This record gives sequence, C-alpha cells and structure tokens, in this order.
Amino acid sequence: MITMEHICKSYKVAKRNAGMKAACKALFHREREVVRALADVSFTIGEGEMVGYIGPNGAGKSSTIKILSGILTPDSGRCLVDGRVPWKNRMEHVRQIGVVFGQRSQLWWDVPVADSFVLLRDIYHISQVDYVNQLEELEALLNLGELLKIPARQLSLGQRMRCELAASLLHRPRILFLDEPTIGLDAVSKLAVREFILRLNEEQKTTVILTTHDMQDIEALTRRVILIGKGRVLLDGTLDELRHSMERVRVDSAECAEQPESEGERSLEQVIAALYEKLDIV
Amino acid sequence: MKKYWSFFRLRFVMGLQYRTAAAAGMVTQFVWGFMECFAFQAFYETNPAAFPMEFSAMVAYIWLQQAFLAMFMAWMMENDIFEMIVSGNIAYELCRPVSIYQMWFARTIATRVSRALLRCIPILAVAFLLPKPYGMTLPADLGTFLAFAGTMVLGLLVAAASCLLVYVLAFFTISGQGLRIFMVSLVEFLSGAIIPLPFLPQPFRTVAQCLPFASMQNVPLRIYGGDLAGRDMGYAVLLQVFWLVFLVLLGKGLCRRAERRIVVQGG
Repeated sequence: MITMEHICKSYKVAKRNAGMKAACKALFHREREVVRALADVSFTIGEGEMVGYIGPNGAGKSSTIKILSGILTPDSGRCLVDGRVPWKNRMEHVRQIGVVFGQRSQLWWDVPVADSFVLLRDIYHISQVDYVNQLEELEALLNLGELLKIPARQLSLGQRMRCELAASLLHRPRILFLDEPTIGLDAVSKLAVREFILRLNEEQKTTVILTTHDMQDIEALTRRVILIGKGRVLLDGTLDELRHSMERVRVDSAECAEQPESEGERSLEQVIAALYEKLDIV
Repeated sequence: MKKYWSFFRLRFVMGLQYRTAAAAGMVTQFVWGFMECFAFQAFYETNPAAFPMEFSAMVAYIWLQQAFLAMFMAWMMENDIFEMIVSGNIAYELCRPVSIYQMWFARTIATRVSRALLRCIPILAVAFLLPKPYGMTLPADLGTFLAFAGTMVLGLLVAAASCLLVYVLAFFTISGQGLRIFMVSLVEFLSGAIIPLPFLPQPFRTVAQCLPFASMQNVPLRIYGGDLAGRDMGYAVLLQVFWLVFLVLLGKGLCRRAERRIVVQGG
C-alpha cells in the first residue's frame, strides 16, 4: 500500500544569535544551516495496517506525513502510495486519501460545521446518496448530532476534533494519515477518538498511519511501531519488540537509579524517553 | 467546475452575514461620496474648460465607485489566505483535490460580490434621488448600460487576478505584507480609485491607461457616464481581456511553481 525508499528532505534554516549586534551582522551575512529533516527513510506498510509513527519533536514525523500526503516534495528517494507518487499529481492523489492535522483546522471557522461538510461533498464529488449514508454512519460513531449546526469557532477542542475526523472521512478514503489527532484532548474525547479509529481500521480496513506523542494512543491502537529520530528510521517492529530492544539496550546509571520500579513495571512513556536518550535523538 | 461554484456559494453566504460591517461601510461611503462631489465641484467651478470630464459623468463615476467599492478596492484582500500561508494551515488546502488558484479566485470574487451587493442598492437608490447636480442619472442608452455591465464583470475579474498574484507571491516571500502594501498603493493610484485617470497629466496618462490597473474600475465607471465611448471603449475592452488572460496565466504559472517548492510552515 505504502512504500518509502531512501526518502531525503532537508530544509534551510536561517540562524543568528540574539541581540542587536548579531541582527546587524545578519543584514550582510546570513548564516544558513541545512537541517536534514529526513535522511534516508524507508518503510513499507501493507493494506489495512495501522502503524504508529513515533519519535521526539523535530524527528521528521510531520515531514513524512506531508510527503505521503503529497504536499511536500522530497529531495530524493522513491515513494509510492497505492501505486501513486504523491507529489507528482497532487490532485489525483489527495482525492484518495484522508488527512487530519491535530494542530490545524479544516473546518470553516464562521459557518456551521454542516456547511463545511457540504462543501467537502462537492469538492470530492460525493453523490448525495453516498454522502447521506456516510454522514449518518459518522454521526452515529462520533456522536456528532447537534454539533453539525454549530459554527466551528464555538466548538470545544474535543468536539471539533470529532468533526475534523468526520470531515476527513466523508469521501471514504482507503488511507488515513493522522498527525497528532489526540493532541490537547481530555480523557473522554481521547477515548472516543481512539475507539473510532480502531473501529475504522477493523471494519473498513482503512490503512492508518498515526503520529503521536501520546504513548497510550500507541498502546491502544497500533500493533506496529516505527520509531524515527534525526530523520532516520531507528526501529520498526511491534510494541513488544520496542520494549525488548529497550531491555537489551539496558539503560544504566543515573536514569535507572532514580527509578525504583523494576524494568517490567516502567511505563511505556519512561521506556520511550529512556530509549530516545540512549539513541541520542532528543 | 461544481466544486468551485459551491466554494463560491459558501463564501458568498458568509459575506452576506456581516450586516453591521455593511451598514458601517455604507455610512462611510456616503460621506466620502459627498466629499468627493463637493471637491470636484469646486474644481469644476474654478475652470470648467480645464475639467476633463462632463460633471454629470464625474458624479456618476463617484457614486458608482462608492456603490461598488467592495468589488474594486485593492486593500480588500483575503486576510485568511495570508494567515494560512504564514501559519502553515495551507496544508489542508493542499490536501484537497482542488486547484489552489481556482479555489482562491472563486473565493475572492465571492467575497467582493457579496459585499458589494449588500452595499450597492441603498447607495444607488439614494444617489438617484439626490437633486441635480449631485444626483445619479441613467446611462444614455441601453447599449451604454450593457457595455457598462460587461466591462464591470471584466474589471472585477482583472482586479481579482491581480489580488491572486499577490497571494501566490506570498508563497515565495513567507509574509505577504510588503507586497501587499506595494500592490495596494499602485492599484489605488493607477486604477483611478483616488482620482479618475482623465485627470492625470499627459504623457503619464497614456502610459497609465495601458497598464493593467486601468482595466479595473476605470473602464466601466467611465463608460456609464459616456466619458469612454466609441473606438476608445473598444480598445479599453480589448485591453481588459488581454490583461485578464495575462494575469491569470502568470498567476497560475507561479502557483504551479510554488506548489512544487512549497514548504508548509510549522510542525
């Protein structure tokens, strides 16, 4: 379904020290640093899989999602999503995928959510019958009901996120990219979103790639985890493998000394944090 | 095409919901319109021979300009679009199977038309009721009116295409502010938004009339009062079509390039 081979992407970042003197100097000579957001990323994801894509901030998760969804062109490497090169024909590609960026909104701020949905129906050429069916289903699953009549700006974050998920699924995409879908949500909303994603994957066989910092998301949702750091894939396996590799790494000294719990009882969060440090990718 | 139409519709409905803004705008436009009428009347009375237009044509120009202000004013740009580019929310726009250029074009036209519709009817109604010499008059004949209406549409499209150019260029400069201010001051002066182009001295005037800015409000507003007619009108229409095609092709080309090399900001 999805293959990425040796994908590289670097950005130029302008740099200078704080202060007047440095600012004046930068007028004449600008220091630029090339940041390698992705340095040789490769993986394959099969149809109907649900994969957690994790890594510390700045590891290249969002860049990967952007490349897969066709809005960023990599410097080099090959990538196929459902037989298409995402950035070659953006419009053709995005018709078939769904994307949710947890930190952004796709709903029109000033109008009721339902108006945004109608617009999406027309944008994706969804027939009225399909639209009504799909909307009914999503309404029931995500418990939308009255929310659709409210302008997006007056929804709470949890309510909005449920609407965002629905908006991204109106056209029944076979692949769904979720970039931090549970960020900032309360426990109830988080559980609702998780359960929905799980059902979507099980019942519709939707392929899901999920980036998150919430390890409970990962535990609840995914069997397979891809860990990236500094633009490289460091680990690609199941959650248990992740834990095991951690034990093999055997974090020593200070870190462990402060933690009285035995290895087995450490939370996934601690395992991951220790792993990030061990791998020197923070 | 349907998707751009429904985009237009949504945006249009949104434009109609800001009633208070429309009422406030109308008051400003009345005051402004009267001020302009009086100022130009003072010019006219000092030396009618040096006045380059008929006074009735001038009055029609002023009131039409106020009535359809929202259609042509350069500073009426879509703030959301700049915001989207700066914050990186553009990511969602790019995730849709739509042409960015066409979507934004539909959006620009929709905002402008919906705003103008709310404002134009009361302003025109009052302008027609005003006593001479400050009142609006009907155009000379049906042909003039049709030419006015046609060039109005063309003028709006040219104005929108020039806005689109600023939006697209904002992709390359990160913030659109500088470009925007530059474009607004150029358009304001060279489109006849401050003073009608016939008032400009030669040879500057001839040059100004060939520029894309003269293909916006300048053409319809002058046709209405009979200031632009016959062969000159024909040239003006051709020039409008030329600039429209030119600006759209340029904008689309740049947009395609921008999409290739775009870096969506933020994580």
